[in-house]
Amino acid sequence: MGVAVRLSGVSKMFGGFAANSNISLSVEEGSIHALVGENGAGKSTLTKIIYGMHLPTSGEMVIQGEAVRFTSPRDAIEAGIGMVHQHFMLVPELSVTENIILGREHAWLFGSLPLKYAKARILKNSEDYGLAVDPDASVASLSIGEQQRVEILKLLFRQASIMIFDEPTAVLTPSETERLFATLRSLRDKGKTVILITHKLDEVLAVADTVSVMRKGEIVGTVPASSVTKPELARMMVGRSVLLRVINPPASPGETILNIKRLSFRSPKGEERLHDLTLTVRAGEIYGIAGVEGNGQGELLQALWGLAPEGSVISGEATLKGRSIIGKKPAEIALMGVSLTPENRLLHAVIREYTIAENLLFGRHREPAFHKGIGFESRTIKGYTDAMISDFDIKCSSPEHQPLSTLSGGNQQKVVLARELNRPGISLLILAQPARGVDIGAIETIHNKIIEARKSGIAILLVSSELEEIIGLSTRIGCLYKGSIRHEFSQEEVTLKRDALQEFEKEIGLHIT
Amino acid sequence: MNSKNLRLLIPVFSLLSALAVSSLIIALAGRDPLMIFQKMVHATLGTPYGIGQVIFRMTTLVLVALAVAIPFHLRLFNIGTEGQLLMGAFAAAMTGTILPANLPSLVAVTLCTLSAMAAGACWALLAGVLKVRFGVNEVIATIMLNFIAQGITGYLLTWHFAIPSTVHTARIMDNAIIPTFGSLTGWLANSPANLSTLLMAVVALLFWLLIFRSRFGYEMRAAGLQPEAARYGGINAEMHIFTAMSLGGAAAGLGAANIVLGYKHYYESGMTSGIGFTGIAVALLAGAHPLWILLSAFFFGCLEYGGLTVNAWIPKDIFMIIEALTILLVISFSATGKGLNKNHHL
Repeated sequence: MGVAVRLSGVSKMFGGFAANSNISLSVEEGSIHALVGENGAGKSTLTKIIYGMHLPTSGEMVIQGEAVRFTSPRDAIEAGIGMVHQHFMLVPELSVTENIILGREHAWLFGSLPLKYAKARILKNSEDYGLAVDPDASVASLSIGEQQRVEILKLLFRQASIMIFDEPTAVLTPSETERLFATLRSLRDKGKTVILITHKLDEVLAVADTVSVMRKGEIVGTVPASSVTKPELARMMVGRSVLLRVINPPASPGETILNIKRLSFRSPKGEERLHDLTLTVRAGEIYGIAGVEGNGQGELLQALWGLAPEGSVISGEATLKGRSIIGKKPAEIALMGVSLTPENRLLHAVIREYTIAENLLFGRHREPAFHKGIGFESRTIKGYTDAMISDFDIKCSSPEHQPLSTLSGGNQQKVVLARELNRPGISLLILAQPARGVDIGAIETIHNKIIEARKSGIAILLVSSELEEIIGLSTRIGCLYKGSIRHEFSQEEVTLKRDALQEFEKEIGLHIT
Repeated sequence: MNSKNLRLLIPVFSLLSALAVSSLIIALAGRDPLMIFQKMVHATLGTPYGIGQVIFRMTTLVLVALAVAIPFHLRLFNIGTEGQLLMGAFAAAMTGTILPANLPSLVAVTLCTLSAMAAGACWALLAGVLKVRFGVNEVIATIMLNFIAQGITGYLLTWHFAIPSTVHTARIMDNAIIPTFGSLTGWLANSPANLSTLLMAVVALLFWLLIFRSRFGYEMRAAGLQPEAARYGGINAEMHIFTAMSLGGAAAGLGAANIVLGYKHYYESGMTSGIGFTGIAVALLAGAHPLWILLSAFFFGCLEYGGLTVNAWIPKDIFMIIEALTILLVISFSATGKGLNKNHHL
């Protein structure tokens, strides 16, 4: 087998910052080569170099035995390299076939498109590689998984032999992920080279042949996937040993804080998204809601935070220490002692262009302690900011001037969690996907803080699609399926089954699908 | 080069290139650009009267630019400053004619100014209400409101309030006149620069405090940057649309008061036309920052008055081209600058 991609001594500088330094890497032809590393480790810079989007500052690149110097992705495509971006590059209004031939129409400006010929080739490819898509469907009508298949078909249509996948599973459901992996394997078996960028270690071990680990712009090791374990990979990525499982001492829950009784939610379109959902969360416990996304998690959070869209109908009750929270506005609910860390951090929890200090205040800027005249009391805020930064180990250079968007995902989430956990008079904390897009190192801090908050007597409602996270943190677990809790695991059951992680995951899996 | 230096250099570059293009056009029109520029500089900044003219123009431009800038921080584009100026000017002139003549000057001026601000604010608020209640895009709403304001003031002037065989209303009472600097101290003698300029400076400073230093501005900018996040943070974005539009409209009304109460002393057809749109350019050049607006309005004030003074050598039409080209160059340069800044990020 030849070498598909060989990099030697490749570096990329941005100003004085080395995003990649002295990278040497060879990717075997016909293999799945995973590139892992935390956010900011330089994975995307490296792939952008291979795909011709960045010109390396120094170093050499050899593609299939030929030294190359790409100045644009067009050169890379000519050399047989294709990329499936995290955000798909599709035109929703056009059909699958039109999208696939886009840029490769092989027709005169006003001539007719060779659609029939293209369709035949697409159908052949989709049969060969198990990529079922209707070539005539419009892309807008496809699911995310199907759109990804269109992207792969596009690469096959262009006869790419080296395919780069940038975080391909981030948007997929578990079953779609399985299906994608099967596709990747069949691509490899037919001689294609796959470069897989990810930070999910389970996926690497499940599908890759070889793993290269990146840290701080360098490749710290390349190993066969079969000879390495998850903790070893984590240690290579972070540079120190990481606890992948949080220490979760037994909880002794107190009075009921949140009481949800027969809650139903009908969307403006008339779909019933929640149906007679009943659960309670007590002080000093974490109630984990396990479930595949789209089973009513979003609607439950909207109902509890007063953001149900106009036209939706909510029935049943949800009370906080006996007082109803349905129909109240977010500011009123917060004032009752509820905190929320929304699922979509960048869109809902922070103002990206605001500084770290300003974001630590966001949503809490109405608290009189921070006020002075019509403005803010800068001394109190400075003290609070410094305390939060050291307490939550937020890694930043100047909190008063640095925009939040310059932080890594993990540090952004720490900002949100610090702010929400320290709300005065908090009795209920609602966490939605607290570890999504967060580095392994930061997950450890975040999970420890959540357990700490539980110990201090706060009631916590945890919504997550990561079963491992639910099992690791929760005191009790409710399995959400089609808008109601289908099964609930008691505290004893959870404590007992936690040690047999894989069986417990399977058991929960049965209740949520 | 770091991005901060770059951001400061971009306006300079754009102004220099505008100068170069203008020189070319002036040369093509058969004149010596150096001579023209020299005459302009002398006429605007070389005499107290010229400086007074520039300050007078700058005052209205700052206030109109502020009317664009405040909603801009909410990501609302207020194109309706023309209409807000018209309504403000008409209201000031009308109030100035119907007040009892023995009213003390301070009271009369205050009432006339407030009525101009209220008229501008209401007119801008209408666009805000249309946006919140009916989802009408504010650009379309404010353009339409411009036409309606033209219609209303035109009708009222022609059919009811114009002095026969003129296109202006009756003169306002003497006590409602805002005194010029010249009449009070002798500075900038005979120029229309009046005490409104002081008010303008205070308003610009207050708006800066409001946007960048107050809790109100913190909420407002957050709602403009990420409306969805603002909702999660318990911020009432609709209230902010109303207040930003009204505050902006009030500033435009104040700009109209500068012209009516400080200079013309009556309402005249077409007296504000074009200023509203120049104000948009002033705000864009300053990046909607209330204090930079002062500088950018000064520049446009020089350009406008300087253009008038060289009329004898360069036709007005040529100068219109130069002014519009300058605005275009500035906007294209600042767009490129943003692109550069983006590339500096990883």
